[in-house]
Amino acid sequence: MTGTAPAIELRGISKAFGPVQANKDISIRVMPGTIHGIIGENGAGKSTLMSILYGFYKADKGEIFIHGQKTVIPDSQAAIAAGIGMVFQHFKLVENFTVLENVILGAEDGRLLRPSLARARKELKRLAEEYELNVDPDAVIEDIGVGMQQRVEILKALYRQADILILDEPTGVLTPAEADHLFRILDNLRNGGKTIILITHKLREIMEITDTVSVMRRGQMTATVTTAETSPEELAELMVGRKVLLRVDKAPAQPGDVVLAVENLNVTDEKGVQKLRDVSLSIRAGEILGIAGVAGNGQSELLEVLGGMCTATGRITLNGDDIDLSGRQSDGQSRRARGIAHVPEDRQREGLIMDFHAWENVAFGYHTDPAWRRGPLMDNAALQADTARKMEKFDVRPPDPWLAAKNFSGGNQQKIVVAREIERNPTLLLVGQPTRGVDIGAIEFIHNQIVALRDQGAAVLLVSVELDEILSLSDRVVVMFDGQIMGDGPASTANQIGLGCLMAGMGGADTTAMAGWTISDAAAPELMQEG
Amino acid sequence: MDYMTLLLILDSTVRLGTPLLLACLAGLFSERAGIFDIGLEGKMLAAAFFSGAVAAVSGSVWLGLLAGIGASLVLSALHGLASITFRGNQLISGVAVNFLAAGMTVVIAQDWFHQGGRTPSLMGGGRFTPITLPFAETLQDVPVIGPLYYHLISGHTALVYLAFACVPATWWLLYRTRFGLRLRAVGENPAAVDTAGVSVVGLRYAAVAICGILCGIAGAYLATALQAGFVKDMTAGRGYIALAALIFAKWRPWYALSATMLFGLLQAVALRYQNIDLGSFTIPVQVMDALPYILTVVILAGFVGKAIPPRAGGEPYIKER
Repeated sequence: MTGTAPAIELRGISKAFGPVQANKDISIRVMPGTIHGIIGENGAGKSTLMSILYGFYKADKGEIFIHGQKTVIPDSQAAIAAGIGMVFQHFKLVENFTVLENVILGAEDGRLLRPSLARARKELKRLAEEYELNVDPDAVIEDIGVGMQQRVEILKALYRQADILILDEPTGVLTPAEADHLFRILDNLRNGGKTIILITHKLREIMEITDTVSVMRRGQMTATVTTAETSPEELAELMVGRKVLLRVDKAPAQPGDVVLAVENLNVTDEKGVQKLRDVSLSIRAGEILGIAGVAGNGQSELLEVLGGMCTATGRITLNGDDIDLSGRQSDGQSRRARGIAHVPEDRQREGLIMDFHAWENVAFGYHTDPAWRRGPLMDNAALQADTARKMEKFDVRPPDPWLAAKNFSGGNQQKIVVAREIERNPTLLLVGQPTRGVDIGAIEFIHNQIVALRDQGAAVLLVSVELDEILSLSDRVVVMFDGQIMGDGPASTANQIGLGCLMAGMGGADTTAMAGWTISDAAAPELMQEG
Repeated sequence: MDYMTLLLILDSTVRLGTPLLLACLAGLFSERAGIFDIGLEGKMLAAAFFSGAVAAVSGSVWLGLLAGIGASLVLSALHGLASITFRGNQLISGVAVNFLAAGMTVVIAQDWFHQGGRTPSLMGGGRFTPITLPFAETLQDVPVIGPLYYHLISGHTALVYLAFACVPATWWLLYRTRFGLRLRAVGENPAAVDTAGVSVVGLRYAAVAICGILCGIAGAYLATALQAGFVKDMTAGRGYIALAALIFAKWRPWYALSATMLFGLLQAVALRYQNIDLGSFTIPVQVMDALPYILTVVILAGFVGKAIPPRAGGEPYIKER
């Protein structure tokens, strides 16, 4: 490592927001031509650190060196000038502009657009050939997929001559195939001499692509290690500060009778787009059925129909009895009365009322229960005591029923919702994205609670965009694409590649190789050429 | 209806549509940059008063025009300060501008001129005079084209020609220049502009300033070209009609021309045919006068197709992590 200066060197970066120390004395060195991972739980300070590097925030203390030169980065303009490009988790693209227009925005050659557009078209062609970054320059952003949009973001950075690329949670919205393509691009960029910083909370990605990795915990850099010399278990321990079980420890399922049977479910939204097409599935007692799929392929609508948040046509039975799909008994209250508990996908919007106290949130949905009634009023004292008990059991921190929901961390908010639903001993538990934005320690806890409920004989429907979560938690897996079921089979024989194909709506050899799987005719037989 | 009547109606369509066109383009710049501007009305009114007042006192219509633009720019700056710098609610800020202009113009007019809230009638150099285009007189007798050229195309004030020239100019600026690209982007996704290293605040102020200039011209046109002097509330809701036309036009310059001329036509028809006799009953004049406003309501109620406003419109930009 002698001779060349690090592409990026941070020395003693500190940043506080009021009393919260987001970054504390952080120092890292990233060598040119390498991929450096930064891993840490939500709120560990990764994003703040990168925002400082990209000029969104000014560090309270510390110095930044780019290629050995001390550099001050007061705004994004300076970061771009220093050769830093950033691909945000939420893309910063103008939706109704073409790819070309997005690429030149802010980096035009002169007052008139025509010459800039012509040069960008040529440059894009060159970059496409060099790095496998194929994008139609005249496509409008809102018409292309997220994988493609992400490539546009990378192209934007490269067009601005960036040689240091920061990617913030880049694979969160991608299918496994798209993620693989992204990693190939990153690999090409590394071979082309670019330096890449990859921020993620997915250990598998870190192990797969990075050269070195830094772990952050509570605003501090706890370790920087060479990827080849570490293991996922070690990284997880460094992130959380204690030993974590990465696999869910569960006994084989003991499936009983069919609890939930869904037949030919169809949902059309108000714009006339069909969100669910003839979906049929069943879940037995003591079984966890995982629904895999890229976000927006009908899983949310399935949860909403079952949870009583949206109407549908078709037939659903619970323990053999019909469930009302569009009439007066199709609301959430009726569903709860039938023993269907629902942990919604978006806890902040649908699971909790953020400004209300924890005990009020724990009461919601069940507040009409006669057990909580005292004459014409609600028995608040009993509800508060009950909440305190649940918070204790689910290890919600701080265990204060009077704290507003918004003042809990993401993991603890989710624990409140999960506690509310699981503690009713439902016959059917609907769980959407149970661990989205939840730290590793809490993930472990929530997973164990779901498995415990299963072992008591409840049926569980799990919707998650995290394939790892689906594979480790489910007994059976159903893959959805474009509102249809592409295939279903046991989780034990499923693998990432086969599921990845189905999630993209494709069948083929990789999917039929999974033993015990039924592949739908709707799955395209051949691999489609990627654009 | 004979050819001559048609020409005269179209001629007054152009005269009545011009302030709407200018205000509509003003709104287009502002809203394309993500700043909703319900204060077009107030800016026009203030510009009408100050242009009328300065033209009356100085006797120069050009000084009047400058004063009108100046007054409108001051109100624009106010709107910008509230909605861009202080990230306030753009509707409330716009309504405040309207109230401010409605009250202020009458009070100042009364204080300065003591004529019941109006400015003295403008004469001579205090008004924009019609421009007769070359050969208009000589070609007048050529069939069809002659009268068309003489009555419809020729014989308007400089501001009318300016307003019409603004349409292609706006199109060119929006779609062919760097400024236009950035302006459109900042109204759709300011975060994209910000991370590209371009100032969101700067772009939005520029847009609001252009809006102010165009509103100023529109207001000056009312007081110094369409009429001879300022009278109380002389904008008569034109700012709101321009907003309706803007939605109708889907925030595009050429459509804005058609939309505003449609409103102009309705006003022209209402002026010409005060009572329409349908034999059994007569459509009263009030119905005719209300036509443009009825159309405004219909358009705003969303009966005319789907209009997608700039996505970041109305939202103050707050930098996120």
